[in-house]
Amino acid sequence: PGLGVRARSELSLSPQVSAAAGAFPKRVKVVEVGPRDGLQNEKTVVPTPVKISLINMLSETGLQVIEATSFVSPKWVPQMADHTEVMRGINKLPGISYPVLTPNLKGFQAAVAAGAKEVSIFGAASELFTKKNINCSIEESLERFDEVMTAARAASIPVRGYVSCVLGCPYEGKISPAKVAEVSKKMYAMGCYEISLGDTIGVGTPGSMREMLTAVMKEVPVGALAVHCHDTYGQALANILVALQMGVNVVDASVAGLGGCPYAQGASGNVATEDLVYMLNGLGIHTGVDLQKLMDAGTFICNALNRRTNSKVSQANCRL
Amino acid sequence: QESKTSGLPEYVKIVEVGPRDGLQNEKVMVPTDIKIELINRLSKTGLPAIEVTSFVSSKWVPQMSDHKEVMRGIERYPGVQYPVLTPNLQGFHSAVAAGATEVSVFGAASESFSKMNINCSIEESIDKFQEVVKAARSMNIPVRGYVSCVLGCPYEGNITPVKVAEVSKRLYSMGCYEISLGDTIGVGTPGSMKRMLEAVMKEIPLNALAVHCHDTYGQALANILTAVQMGVAVVDSSVAGLGGCPYAKGATGNVATEDVIYMLNGLGINTGVNLYAVMEAGNFICTALNRKTNSKVAQASFNIESVN
Repeated sequence: PGLGVRARSELSLSPQVSAAAGAFPKRVKVVEVGPRDGLQNEKTVVPTPVKISLINMLSETGLQVIEATSFVSPKWVPQMADHTEVMRGINKLPGISYPVLTPNLKGFQAAVAAGAKEVSIFGAASELFTKKNINCSIEESLERFDEVMTAARAASIPVRGYVSCVLGCPYEGKISPAKVAEVSKKMYAMGCYEISLGDTIGVGTPGSMREMLTAVMKEVPVGALAVHCHDTYGQALANILVALQMGVNVVDASVAGLGGCPYAQGASGNVATEDLVYMLNGLGIHTGVDLQKLMDAGTFICNALNRRTNSKVSQANCRL
Repeated sequence: QESKTSGLPEYVKIVEVGPRDGLQNEKVMVPTDIKIELINRLSKTGLPAIEVTSFVSSKWVPQMSDHKEVMRGIERYPGVQYPVLTPNLQGFHSAVAAGATEVSVFGAASESFSKMNINCSIEESIDKFQEVVKAARSMNIPVRGYVSCVLGCPYEGNITPVKVAEVSKRLYSMGCYEISLGDTIGVGTPGSMKRMLEAVMKEIPLNALAVHCHDTYGQALANILTAVQMGVAVVDSSVAGLGGCPYAKGATGNVATEDVIYMLNGLGINTGVNLYAVMEAGNFICTALNRKTNSKVAQASFNIESVN
C-alpha cells in the first residue's frame, strides 16, 4: 500500500479534473480527536473515569484511530493532567490506534512508559503562533521534535505530524500556502508518517483549502496527508469535501463537535465526527464507523459535560 | 461566465428567504414593524432578492397573517426583487393588490408531502399553480417555482431524482422562470445532491436552477458547494439561519446567509452582498426574537476581531 499510494499520487489528475470527474476516495480513515483536542478545549474538566468510558465507547464504534490524551505538563494543560491514568486505564482494542501528543522528549518517554504505541507532534505554519504557543521559532520547534523523532524511531513508534494555522493565523492573519508546504515537507522528511493539516481557527474556505493543498501536494504525497478542519465559521464540511475531491483520505473530527475555539469566545471549534460520517456515508465512502454508536458516545460525553452537542446530525436525530 | 481558473460561476445570486421561510418557522411571532425593519435593512446589504411574505390564509400560517401590511410597508430599493408566496389564485390577486411584482409557487417531489402539506396530489397542486402562472403571465409578473423534498421526504424517505426532474420540468414548462430545488428536511449530502442535479439538468437549463438547502444535518454548505461546482448560480439562504425544521424538533432549518456568503467570498465568487451588513441585520432580528444566531460566521465574528 505504501508504494502504491506514492505512485498513485504522482500520477493523480489535476485537482480541477478530479473534481469534475467526481473522483472521491473509496475509503476514508476518520481520526477521532474528541478525547484530546475536544476535551482539552472544553471549559469543564472531565474526571478520569469519564474520559476512559468515553474512549472505550468510541473504541466500539468502528473508529480506527482515537487520540487519547496529551503528555504535556499539567501546568500548561490541566485538562490533560491525568494522561498516565487515562493511557493505562483504557481498553486498547486490537486494530485500533491510540496516539497521544508528545511535545518533547520528556513527554515522549512518559507516554511510552504509560503504554503509548503511537505519538503526535505539533508544528505550525506561523512564526507568531509558534512564539505565542510554545515560545520559540518554527525552526527551534522542529529541532525539539527531532529528539522525539530519533527516540520514536529507535522504539519503532510511528509519529504523526500536525501543522497548525494552515489556512490562517489568529496573530498573522493570512498564511502562505508555500509556508505550509515548507513546514509539512520538513516534518514529513523528519519521519512523520502522516501530516495533519489544521485550519486552527476555522477561517478557511474551499478556495483557500484548494490553494493550500495544491502547494502541499507538491511536497508531500496525498496519501500521507490528513485534514483537521475547525467549524468556527461553518466551513468545515465544505472544506473537507474539497480535500476529498483532491484525494485526501484521512480526516480528523471530534465526537459531538467537542472543543470550542480558544481564539473566539463562545464560537465552535472542531467539526463533529457524526456530521462528517453522515456526509461520507452519503457519498458512499467507507469509514467502518457505526453512526448510531458514535452518536451514543456523543450523548454520553455531552451529558457528562452538561452541554448540548455541536453535532447537527445528533440534534436532528430524525429517522428517515 | 465561468471563473477562469476553477470552473465555478463568477457570480452567484443569493435569494434571501429569512423574512418569509425564516420567520414562518420561528416559534416567536414577530410584530409587523419589526418585519418591515428587517426587510429594509436587508435591502441595503446588496442582496438582489428578498422573499418578503406569504399570501396564504392566516388560518394556516398565522406568522404571515400581516402579509398585506408588510408588502405595503417596506421600502422598495431599485434593483432588488421582493417575491412573495402565492399558493393559489386568491393569494395571487391579493398579492398583486398589495403591490407584489414577483410571486412564487410551491410544488413538491413527494406525493405524501403534497398530501400532508396542502391536502392534494402533486398533479392537483400543479393545476392550481397553472392558474396562478397564467394570471401572472398575463400581467408580466415573473413566477418562481419551488420544488420541496428534492433530496428526501419526512414521510416517504428516499425521493428519486427522476421524480424531482419531472416535477421541475412541469413547473418550468408552465412558465416559472426559475426552479428552486429544496432539501426540505436537510437530509441530502453531496452525493444525493449531485445525482439529483444531474437528473434535473437534463430537463432544465442550468441558469434557471437554484438550490434551497436546509442545514438540519449540517450538510448545507457542502451541498451548496457541490451545486455551485456543477454550475448552479442561484442559492437561497436565510439571514442568521432563521427558521427551524418543523419535522425535527429543536433542529436547525435554513442555512445562514452569512455562512454562505463567507464561503462564496472565499471561493472568489461575486455576490454583490456586504457580509457585515447582513450580520448586522441578523443581529437585529435575533435580538428582536430573543434568540442566538444560527450563523457560525456571526457567532465567531461578534466575539473576536475578524482575522481575514
